[in-house]
Amino acid sequence: MAMIRLERRADPSNFWRYGAPLVAVLATIIAGGIMFALLGKNPVEAIRTIFWTPFTGRNAAYYLSQLPIKAAPLVLIATGLALGFRAGIWNIGAEGQYVIGALSGAAVALALYPMEGRWLFIICIAASLAGGMLWAMIPAVLKVRLGVSEILVSLMLVYVAENILASLAVGAMKNPEGYGFPGSRNLSQYPAVANLDIWSGTGIHWGVIAALLSVLAGQILLSRHILGFQIQVAGLAPRAARFAGVAPGRLVMVCMAASGALAGAAGWFELAGPSGIVSVDFNVGYGFTAIIVAFLGRLHPVGILLAGVLLAVTYVGGDVARSSLGLPAGSIQSFQGMLLFFLLALDVLTAYRIRIGRKARA
Amino acid sequence: MGGIDPILLLASLMVASTPILLAALGELVVERAGVLNLGVEGMMITGAVCGFAATVLTGSPWLGFVAAALAGGVMALIFGVLTQYLLSNQVATGLALTLFGLGLSALIGQSYAGITIDRPPSLNLPLLRDIPWLGPIVFRHDVILYLSLAMVVAIWWFLTRSRGGLILRAVGENHDAAHALGYPVIAIRMAAITFGGAMAGTGGAYISIMRLRQWTEGMTSGAGWIALAIVVFASWRSGRVLLGAYLFGGVTVLQLNLQGAGFRIPAVLLSASPYLITIIVLVLMSLSRNARNATPGNLGATFHASN
Amino acid sequence: MSDTLLSLRGLTKVYPAVIANSDISFDIGAGEIHALLGENGAGKSTLVKTIYGLHRPDAGTMTLNGQPYAPSEPRAARAAGVAMVFQHFSLFDALDVAENIALGMENPPPMRQLAQRIRDVSNAYGLPLDPARILGDLSAGERQRVEIIRCLLQDPRLLIMDEPTSVLTPQEVEILFQTLRKLRDEGTSILYISHKLEEIRALCERATILRLGKVVGACDPREASARELAELMVGTALKPPTRAAGAGAAQGEVALEIRNLSAASPRAFGTALSEVNLVLHKGEVLGIGGVAGNGQDELLLALSGEMRTAPGSVLLAGEDVAQLPPNERRARGLLAAPEERLGHAAVPDMTLIENAFLTGAVREGLERHGFVDWRRTRGFAEKVIATFDVRTPGPDRIARSLSGGNLQKFVIGREILQDPVVLVVNQPTWGVDAAAAAAIRQALLDLAAKGAAVIVVSQDLDELMEIADRFAALNAGRLSGSVPVEGLTIGRIGLMLGGAHDMEVARAEAG
Repeated sequence: MAMIRLERRADPSNFWRYGAPLVAVLATIIAGGIMFALLGKNPVEAIRTIFWTPFTGRNAAYYLSQLPIKAAPLVLIATGLALGFRAGIWNIGAEGQYVIGALSGAAVALALYPMEGRWLFIICIAASLAGGMLWAMIPAVLKVRLGVSEILVSLMLVYVAENILASLAVGAMKNPEGYGFPGSRNLSQYPAVANLDIWSGTGIHWGVIAALLSVLAGQILLSRHILGFQIQVAGLAPRAARFAGVAPGRLVMVCMAASGALAGAAGWFELAGPSGIVSVDFNVGYGFTAIIVAFLGRLHPVGILLAGVLLAVTYVGGDVARSSLGLPAGSIQSFQGMLLFFLLALDVLTAYRIRIGRKARA
Repeated sequence: MGGIDPILLLASLMVASTPILLAALGELVVERAGVLNLGVEGMMITGAVCGFAATVLTGSPWLGFVAAALAGGVMALIFGVLTQYLLSNQVATGLALTLFGLGLSALIGQSYAGITIDRPPSLNLPLLRDIPWLGPIVFRHDVILYLSLAMVVAIWWFLTRSRGGLILRAVGENHDAAHALGYPVIAIRMAAITFGGAMAGTGGAYISIMRLRQWTEGMTSGAGWIALAIVVFASWRSGRVLLGAYLFGGVTVLQLNLQGAGFRIPAVLLSASPYLITIIVLVLMSLSRNARNATPGNLGATFHASN
Repeated sequence: MSDTLLSLRGLTKVYPAVIANSDISFDIGAGEIHALLGENGAGKSTLVKTIYGLHRPDAGTMTLNGQPYAPSEPRAARAAGVAMVFQHFSLFDALDVAENIALGMENPPPMRQLAQRIRDVSNAYGLPLDPARILGDLSAGERQRVEIIRCLLQDPRLLIMDEPTSVLTPQEVEILFQTLRKLRDEGTSILYISHKLEEIRALCERATILRLGKVVGACDPREASARELAELMVGTALKPPTRAAGAGAAQGEVALEIRNLSAASPRAFGTALSEVNLVLHKGEVLGIGGVAGNGQDELLLALSGEMRTAPGSVLLAGEDVAQLPPNERRARGLLAAPEERLGHAAVPDMTLIENAFLTGAVREGLERHGFVDWRRTRGFAEKVIATFDVRTPGPDRIARSLSGGNLQKFVIGREILQDPVVLVVNQPTWGVDAAAAAAIRQALLDLAAKGAAVIVVSQDLDELMEIADRFAALNAGRLSGSVPVEGLTIGRIGLMLGGAHDMEVARAEAG
């Protein structure tokens, strides 16, 4: 009788640790092609439209500039989330922290409008960091003090944040000169706080710089700093962490605060630049996609950078495919979900090897 | 009268609670088997769209519910294969299931947006329906709603009175011991996961087929997550799942009515109230020691029979 | 002699990289208590799991009562009349006794009838049980009763017992033996697995000895001497640990004092510590004996700093450390090595270098301004590996890849090399091969000889007799007074393990 068994490797496989994401991407492209075929689209055409055409065709320069714009929030949020995920702390409400961060920045900006001075931009960034962090501290404190699941609380707070956004967009933050249309003033047209391209037309705004800095800081933290060591121990063996003197509650607070703050800043950079306006549909799910980015990047800052760029490609390509092939918007999201499935499925090969057939004699 | 009819309110409370009740009952069985499937939202929304599509295509809402249960079950099977056979992290896989489900449903539902279906017939139980007060509240609903109430009893009986339920609880409590006694841990968990998916799918379809009778993207709006919270609230007991689901259904219906009636409570507080109350309830539950001890021992742990 | 009940012929089981069982053949007679003797890792567990249907042999056959016997799963084994009491219990903490028992039966009667039968059978065999109690609240001895009654309710022809006495007090062992003899007299065969020679000599009529997966001998243990059995089992004559002359005789200054330490357990179903007192001197090895689950883990947590206790309850060289976190205690010289190697003392999926940093950061100066000095950490890991003969290809290997003995040498060595003032170890040689166990015991003695104070918590009384200067017993979270090991009899230890009311007895003995 043929059988398939998993057998734990003595040491984790380095080949699969780095190879699994690549194989997962390939498998997703194939499965995605099948999905498109089922939808009655030409799979080769669809895949090419997503991954190739935007960056080689006539409008390549424009689409290339979209990559850093889409990748920056993903990388910024995912780097923060990865710290918590490594420690076994599941902040899945980054979307809410992103919204609250953006609103905090906007509150400061709109309150001070039309004051001049570039220092306002710094103040707004600080406000967004604080806003995202405080929003994340709600699940963190409940987790530490009362043992309430941070998963459920952080997620519930996404819906609360969205409700706040919706009410502010048509209420307190509505543009007084907007002729009754919902939505705030366009902050990207308010020079003191606007987050514009540093080099015009490249898509590289201050959020991109922040994302790169966060990758660098995350990398140093995890590989050299004692906090990074503690985070990893806590995730791999909680009892050993306590034995080594890690205070689990403090770690929850630190990880939640860091991920909340980064998500909040990502929200502000998006609002003050690419988006511009506080509106009901301001948030587009970066906080959730960042979870995929974090896992695809192996919870590793440099990996997250690469994964963020890849997912940015699917966003940009997806937009193109939507307009030129009529692919539905949901297809990109299911594409991304599938990517995470394949990655999780292949992950097993890092720690285990697959044995097929009857056991060989040693 | 602020425009709120208490009889209608209570009747619609039962309808509003049913999707969450179905999904939470399914998740209850899954968690009792020691598996944490955070993909309830994804399975519900997939059930919602598949059920709606099947209803439109076949003209039969009942076939729609069958399709929804199947769709939820298949989604759950993906989760099951990944977590039980490929030993992936349950939290991450559940999240992936939700993200995938939201995307897939948008994809499938694209061609069904804007269609409205007729309300499937209610049972209108003879005689009982005419009881004053009670009749309109309790006895004029559809068969799925009664099925959900029957499931409360059936799952209570299964978990506490049957041998199968005892084995399921044993697997959730300590999978190594259950394995040592020769129980097929993975097969039992796969069965529980699939059942949970079917229940979530049915719950999702109740929203699209019964409550709103149309498809809109993201229409479950967090019901799956609230179902997860209700299982915690219920300390993993089926009777209290009913209580929890009806409580949340009540909050939802009440806040909609209050908004409609133009009460002077900020709209943002009202529409966020189901989520805020979920958090408050989770906090209150954490203060009770009993609830913490009721958590299945191996909830969320990966099982791999070495040797 | 009786007829053969189960006969094994040529059983072989191969795991990748190790042959767990190789060509094992022997017979178990009907109504016989048959010992299966062997060290940790000799292949005993693999063999009994094969008999119980938990895995299938790669080669070989079994015959039960003259019929071919090849159970594909435990259910088939139970149906054929084979029952097993596990070493690590196959019980469910949150379920009640009756539910636990029902889970181990093929066709349990309705719950009410089952409860009555549990009461009847458990009383008949002198092992009384209340079917309605929640399992997590029972003591280790009572939990074992549940396992045994579960087996007995099915009228087994063969009862397999895997290291049953490791969780029992000497008095409980005596009760167990009476039960087993009664069962034998009723015609049940018993396969009794142990590495404790005296027990086997007291109980069994026949013994099969395993070493490195092979049968290396068979004898009547009542006629063989313990020494002969030991040499068959271990293969080479072992060198008992040596002590420096006069060690432990002279009392140094007080290194550690515990005063009225009471604390709830941080774990569900744990044991609370209750008014624990002890005084430990420099150069002294204190052995703390006791049956598993009587507060050993909690005592270690209270000393390592993972659990804070009331101010003034833990004094290190006169300084109150009861409220200090683990690393502050390490800085002052109070080090610990918990029982569970993988997951508590070491992180399974981290390298030995990272695991060296885990506890060595403070005293070895491996941390600079919040950053890890990986070069020095590697040096420290290499030093532990070299000094304690840890067999591994290098410090870059993950902890999980080491054998139990080698990892334990690394864990204990990591603490010893940090030059502790007080070292607390829990079960230092549990599940470790004999050579590594001897090395670890010697290292602990050497440490004490250099002036450190050592607490060894262990369920292995022989180990404590071998290395401890003084002995104290932990029972239900209470610690007895300590008495000198010299001249201590097993009977007296049994009384001390029996309960707090014996503290006075022990004190009188000491005085």
